[in-house]
Amino acid sequence: MDALFLSRLQFAATTMFHFLFVPLTLGLSVLVAYMETKYARTGDETYLRMTKFWGKLFLINFAVGVVTGITLEFQFGTNWSRYSAYVGDIFGSLLAIEATVAFFLESTFIGIWIFGWKKLSKKAHATVMWLVAIGSNVSAVWILIANAWMQSPVGYTIRNGRAELVDFGAVISQPFAIVKFIHTVSSAYVLAAFFVMGISAYHLLKKHHIEFFTRSFRMALTFGLVFSFTVFILGDLNGVVVAHKQPTKLAAMESIWETQPAAPVYMFAWPDEKNAKNTIEIGAIPGALSLLAYHDYDHVVQGLREFPAEDRPPVLLTSMAFKGMVGLGCLFIVLTVVGWFKRKRLLESPGYLKIMMYAIPLPYLATQLGWLLTEVGRQPWIVYGLVRTEEAVSPVAGYQVAVSLLAFLLVYGLLGLAGFSLIAKYARKGPQIEDEDAAPADGSEGEQAQPA
Amino acid sequence: MDLQIIWFFLWGLLWAIFFMTDGFDMGIGSLYPFLGKSEQDKRLMINAMGPLWDGNQVWLITAGGVTFAAFPRVYAVMFSSLYSALLLILFALILRGVSFEFRNKLDEPRWHKVWDTCIFVGSTAPAVLFGVAFANIFQGIPIDREGIFHGTLLTLLNPYGLLGGVLFLVLFLQHGALWLSIKTEGELHERAKRTAALLWPVVLVTAVVFLVSSKFATRLYDNYIQQPALFAVVVVAVLALAAVRLFLFRGELFRAWFASALTIVSATFFGVIGLFPNLFPSSLNPRYHLTAFNASSSPLTLKIMLGVVLVFVPVVLAYQIWAYNKFRTKVNPEELGY
Ligand code: HDD
Ligand code: HEM
Ligand code: HEM
Repeated sequence: MDALFLSRLQFAATTMFHFLFVPLTLGLSVLVAYMETKYARTGDETYLRMTKFWGKLFLINFAVGVVTGITLEFQFGTNWSRYSAYVGDIFGSLLAIEATVAFFLESTFIGIWIFGWKKLSKKAHATVMWLVAIGSNVSAVWILIANAWMQSPVGYTIRNGRAELVDFGAVISQPFAIVKFIHTVSSAYVLAAFFVMGISAYHLLKKHHIEFFTRSFRMALTFGLVFSFTVFILGDLNGVVVAHKQPTKLAAMESIWETQPAAPVYMFAWPDEKNAKNTIEIGAIPGALSLLAYHDYDHVVQGLREFPAEDRPPVLLTSMAFKGMVGLGCLFIVLTVVGWFKRKRLLESPGYLKIMMYAIPLPYLATQLGWLLTEVGRQPWIVYGLVRTEEAVSPVAGYQVAVSLLAFLLVYGLLGLAGFSLIAKYARKGPQIEDEDAAPADGSEGEQAQPA
Repeated sequence: MDLQIIWFFLWGLLWAIFFMTDGFDMGIGSLYPFLGKSEQDKRLMINAMGPLWDGNQVWLITAGGVTFAAFPRVYAVMFSSLYSALLLILFALILRGVSFEFRNKLDEPRWHKVWDTCIFVGSTAPAVLFGVAFANIFQGIPIDREGIFHGTLLTLLNPYGLLGGVLFLVLFLQHGALWLSIKTEGELHERAKRTAALLWPVVLVTAVVFLVSSKFATRLYDNYIQQPALFAVVVVAVLALAAVRLFLFRGELFRAWFASALTIVSATFFGVIGLFPNLFPSSLNPRYHLTAFNASSSPLTLKIMLGVVLVFVPVVLAYQIWAYNKFRTKVNPEELGY
């Protein structure tokens, strides 16, 4: 069997699985830290119960996120060894920095957070959660800089038969990295906001713990509203960067085959990749693509025919993923804006609450589509314009990858099932009264001497 | 000193810290079915490593990441040629990691049993496989000029490789038993102490057999013969192991644990020094060895990474030591986190 195809499948399956858990970690860590800060400041017990309840869901999710991350870190070596040897000088250092700067922070302090309720003062305990949140978000910075470098390699030269670093500043400050970071982290915050709103809506519909869930809902709503707009605005900027750096991806996103000025956006288009045209084109908005991608109505957009067939990404998947993501992004804005007007009378809006409850999976879908677009649209390159995916694969036997892929599907399938059912179980159960007696020691600020 | 040489030893140091810290987690996980007689014991055992294991595991990620950053060709060849062994380790660590969080989220004996098995397998398999992998590296791996591996998973399971696996396992078991005895009281505490005492002669015999077979199976001693002063590291390892027995006998458990940590670190450095300057030697032809000099990153990357490591690793060590200090007290059965 073909190690290349299987490795692509395995990498796609394992990263997409990892990214089912990462966004909630990124967003919920911030929300929980905020709740706990509120508690430390005001002493209001409801905030403590919120911290505990959402914190428990956070921890289940976090556990799966962590363990699935480790395999990714090592798969560059196991499955993409030629890539690793060729670009490790730059790419490897970004991953190593991520581990030293970010993973230690989140993984060390999460343990302290779980076990430190009685050992730390209220404020210190809340600070620990902030450190976890910062650690997670800083890890996203570095991994996304690494990914941005694959999308648009900068700051390197080809020497000694490989890409070598010449300008570290250029690598970490390129627009692709910055825009990607803000867009991705915002999308993670949207996901976390919808998660909290959806579960709160479930309980509000049952009239359980009304004060508790109204507060949770409103807090998440503000968060979701702000970041739905950030995602949208940065999404547009993402498009601009892509247009400048990855013309093939831009053309594939909108299934544009012919080079043309005032290029349109189609409401719907079905590409026929063999004959390099669209079989169906509905609802063309002339000039919209030029406007969005270059902020200039008349700008010329290169069509896919301009590029040899072996340099084009899969068009159907790329374009569908893009349209799905953008559609969902608009929907999130609508839902959060509507929520904003209903925020004072949530209980009288059962229809809206029901919609929000069923909306939980949608940001998950949107983030997965976003990555499909990013990564599939980058093909056939693993480093855009520099290394092809087929040149990157390890010299391992196909059967080895087949076995590991099957094992991943099995183990991750069960893990996902267990993880999400536990989250669902505890989400349904709601906050527990017994949590109350586990309140942290009411100590003074900062360090306390610990009885041995 | 040459950047590549600094990096070679930093690389060894990161692996050593990983074995020293996560080693006791793997040890406790391997002892889990044997020492955890009751449900209460089991929970105490999990909670004895609860606050620390995740931070410990990051040393592995960092060791891997630093291999990638400083010696990309080693990262590429090592992980692709040890493909199956490495993935087995990863699957084991996945199961171990979620078990701690998942096990006590449902109150059903069958559910507990599943995760109990995962904790045991997920701790024992990596302990053994890391030993097998490193012993094979000491010995040389059948890689050709292109770094392509000529062998299978079974090639790695040769007698010396397996001996390395056993050595790592017993070192970690002893390390784990000591940590467990520090963190517990009553019967479990006594059981852990007794286990550590029982394991000590086993560690000693395995270590001696390993040191002797290394003479025949590897070229690790070449560097030592050239520079006899280096034998100091072997002496430290032996003294540290003797100290474990001494402190255990006196009931000074913290000291015994530190001595065990030092044993693990010096044992790792015994191998690392013997390897120098090879990171991944080929058993087919010495010209195919991957060394600190022919497999490293560019000087610029090495410099930047050195800056990062020199700034952040001490910071990490500082807060991890703070965490260890916070959680060195006995596990309180009333305050279980998992
Ligand atoms: C809640 C999720 C979500 C939502 C609503 C959106 N996105 Fe997005 N998008 C992502 C989640 C995401 C992501 C998962 O975070 C990606 C994958 C890689 C990345 O940088 O972010 C992404 C990538 C991504 C890319 C590709 C970047 C690249 O190739 O590197 C573009 C062009 C856009 N987005 C544009 C948009 C636009 C115009 C949106 C309008 C509403 C939008 N996104 C909404
Ligand atoms: C967590 C979010 C991510 C998801 C869901 C994701 C998804 C995918 C998918 C679907 C593919 C397969 C593309 C194909 O072969 O057609 C892929 C490939 C790949 N991605 Fe990502 N990706 C993510 C993040 C990253 C990041 C952050 C990096 C780098 C730091 C990265 C590096 C790679 C590599 C090396 C490949 C394999 C080579 C290739 O197929 O081009 N990915 N990813
Ligand atoms: C293919 C690329 C990726 C690699 C190699 C990777 C690597 C890892 C590793 C090794 C861990 C475990 C760390 C620990 O033990 O604490 C981890 C967890 C994590 N990763 Fe990834 N990751 C990838 C994609 C992403 C992306 C795209 C993001 C963010 C946007 C991300 C964010 C995180 C976060 C926040 C965690 C913390 C634990 C959790 O997920 O719940 N990762 N990742």
